[in-house]
Amino acid sequence: MFIRWSVAIAAVALLSSPVLQGARAADKPTDPQIAHIAYTAGVIDINAAKQAVKKAKNKDVKAFAEDMVRDHEAVNKQALELVKKLNVTPEDNDTSRTLSKQASDKLAELDKLDGAAFDKAYVTNEVAYHKAVNGALETQLIPSASNAELKSLLQTGLKIFQGHQQHAEHVAAELK
Amino acid sequence: MRPGRLLSIATAIALVSMIVPAGAETVQITMENLEITPADVALKVGDTVEWINKDVFAHTATAVNGDFDVNLPAKKSATSVVKKAGTVEYYCRFHPNMKATLKIAP
Repeated sequence: MFIRWSVAIAAVALLSSPVLQGARAADKPTDPQIAHIAYTAGVIDINAAKQAVKKAKNKDVKAFAEDMVRDHEAVNKQALELVKKLNVTPEDNDTSRTLSKQASDKLAELDKLDGAAFDKAYVTNEVAYHKAVNGALETQLIPSASNAELKSLLQTGLKIFQGHQQHAEHVAAELK
Repeated sequence: MRPGRLLSIATAIALVSMIVPAGAETVQITMENLEITPADVALKVGDTVEWINKDVFAHTATAVNGDFDVNLPAKKSATSVVKKAGTVEYYCRFHPNMKATLKIAP
């Protein structure tokens, strides 16, 4: 429980003011930064899911991981098509870097686990991760996006990720 | 012919007409941007539902009571014939926040 909350809080904290405002005072993230953060968040979940497809023992956990790969790849494909169309180059930033660092630590941590312990840790983290990303989308990324098409893609992303959060919660409940 | 026999024939005819009602219709239900439209559909036994998935994501139409579980790959459609009367709530297994209802009359 402590670990789960600390992950969620750390992720929310990272995505909200301190990091985003660190370099650029009270500025909102720009569209190229938002695109980069959203894409990075998707890649992180795809990598976590690919690890789970290989390691998971429980069939529902494995199926969930396969769903994550499929959906997040589809979202990111749309995101790439959109930035190309809008002629926007996603811009790396502190939030993306911190998210990536945190995610690679998590991958290493989960890699040490096996069987039911891995399944539980993966699903628990998926609930917390989607919750944190949804919070960031709602409070930070969507309100800050200025391009209407980017905003609309983020809104679709939010609905998808809210679905994933519920799905992950169902899977987590089944594991108990 | 005994009255009981007549009654059972009449019952059989009534049952058949329930199973294959005249003028069965096809109702289209669209899934787009994670929304099911229309979310509330009234139809009758024997009608066909055409599920149209306009998203680039796979969805399902899965009855809470287990009556049906239709797989809808990205950008695909599927049909199913409703066989039982009642109010059936259904959702997408991949995105359980997608919910809707079929109100099926006999």
